Amino acid sequence: MNTSESGQISQAPIAPLRGAGLALRLSAIAGAIIVTAGLFLYAGGWFTPHKLTPAAIINTFEYVNGVHPGFRRNHAKGVCVTGYFDSNGQGQAVSKAQVFLPGRAPIVGRFALAGGKPYADDTPGNVRSLAILFKQPDGQEWRTAMINIPVFVVNTPQAFNEFNVASSPDPATGKNIPGAMSAFLAKHPETAAAIKVIGQHPFSSGFGDSPYYALNAFRFVNAQGESTPVRWSVTPDQTLQANSATATDKNYLFDGLIAQLHAGPLRWHLILTIGQPGDSTADATQVWPPDRRQIDAGTLTINTIESEATSPTRDINFDPLVLPDGISPSDDPLLSARSAAYSQSFTRREREHKEPSAISTSEVEK
Amino acid sequence: MLNTNNPTQFALPSRILHWLMAACLIAMLFIGVSMVASLGDYHTLLAIHRPLGILILLLAVFRLATRLLTKIPEFPTAMAKPERFVAKASERLLYTLFFALPLVGWAMLSAGHYPIVMFGAVHLPPILPAKPGLYATLRETHTILAYLLFLTFLAHMSAILFHTLILRDGLLNRMIPWSVRAAEGKTRM
Repeated sequence: MNTSESGQISQAPIAPLRGAGLALRLSAIAGAIIVTAGLFLYAGGWFTPHKLTPAAIINTFEYVNGVHPGFRRNHAKGVCVTGYFDSNGQGQAVSKAQVFLPGRAPIVGRFALAGGKPYADDTPGNVRSLAILFKQPDGQEWRTAMINIPVFVVNTPQAFNEFNVASSPDPATGKNIPGAMSAFLAKHPETAAAIKVIGQHPFSSGFGDSPYYALNAFRFVNAQGESTPVRWSVTPDQTLQANSATATDKNYLFDGLIAQLHAGPLRWHLILTIGQPGDSTADATQVWPPDRRQIDAGTLTINTIESEATSPTRDINFDPLVLPDGISPSDDPLLSARSAAYSQSFTRREREHKEPSAISTSEVEK
Repeated sequence: MLNTNNPTQFALPSRILHWLMAACLIAMLFIGVSMVASLGDYHTLLAIHRPLGILILLLAVFRLATRLLTKIPEFPTAMAKPERFVAKASERLLYTLFFALPLVGWAMLSAGHYPIVMFGAVHLPPILPAKPGLYATLRETHTILAYLLFLTFLAHMSAILFHTLILRDGLLNRMIPWSVRAAEGKTRM
């Protein structure tokens, strides 16, 4: 109990408000609440329903592929691998990331087919991907999601979303929408140019003899604090074989990879391509001139393969902006958009019941 | 000790922490809600969101310690019992959210197999094992708690505006950063 009220704030005789004065003050309070709540909802995109958001990008994937609960909304059909990266120390010239010190870092990864259909048949022309997570001794991670085309088909998130619709069969009819792609290409000459470049790099026969490209440029920062634009790719040690004309089986690409890995490890070299002033870092559809310096930073060895059913890699988001100190995003607008959209896909699939992958445990063991 | 009376204002550290946290939390709520709807700014906002969340957690620890270790001012005499109850309950709710939101965020990233990057090479250890279903639940919880915090903040702001502009009972004086002397004709002796 308080014996004194000296600490209390009193109601000094203040005349109660009336009429216009009261109304004015009450409206000021109401106004403050409405403005604050309105700004909050505006920031959350509530008043701009047609703005392209991460959810809208993933909705497009669900629209063109259907919803396949538990699976990645893109690169849905895949298999998990593990191995290690032997750094030769050359990467230190451009990056202070621990992964480039001479030595070995464990990696986990995932081979997949582009597209949001987890049970789609393998086809020779389907874009293939390799996602890798490098674990540094200090606990930092480097995640990269690469595909087997040397440039990307679009250079903005908006164009990506439109391309996704234009290049996919109409979900209602199962047939490509007539004229959709030509209309898109007319609007996007950079895509037409990129498709030409992609055509000059025919696909290999399988996952194991294919190069994979990170596509987007990044900024590497070395121990001296120098920032360099870099694009990386991995090139196979395995001899490149000509692509087959037709699929021999619904899982023939994955079965080929499984057989190769049962026979022995597969290796790729991590190639860092160093950009020069004037090389675009913001346009993933453009190639850098072929004379750009390349650093072979070391060898990726992949030696085990596992179905998504048992591998923890199923539940890893290969967000391209999970980067260690020494690698930073560039000004490429696709990077932040990829990060946002991957997160949206991850959040959706992680709350869903998991169905077995097409590349099942028995498929991997056979 | 003659003067055992309650002070007119919260202790200075509490008042400083209140306004500092208010700025951080409002910024955080806007960053959070913008981030999830953004493609181009997502990465930049997320890079601020994580360390700012941990800063808020640290500030909350100091705030709670200050709150428990210092004397707090009385409510205005005219404040009715039910309103006092609501005020106390909302204070508890706010303190709970100051801790819960950053901890749920940290736990969620841990369960989602994400590295918990602060800045540069500085990162935090996971506080939970990676577990898909758990990630999804915590992700959802983080959103719900954030909206709850925003609503509680709106209610808190409305109440203080009502006391300051309509009742004019000096309630805000308890928390303003500068000192208000008890004997300025506003306080009954």
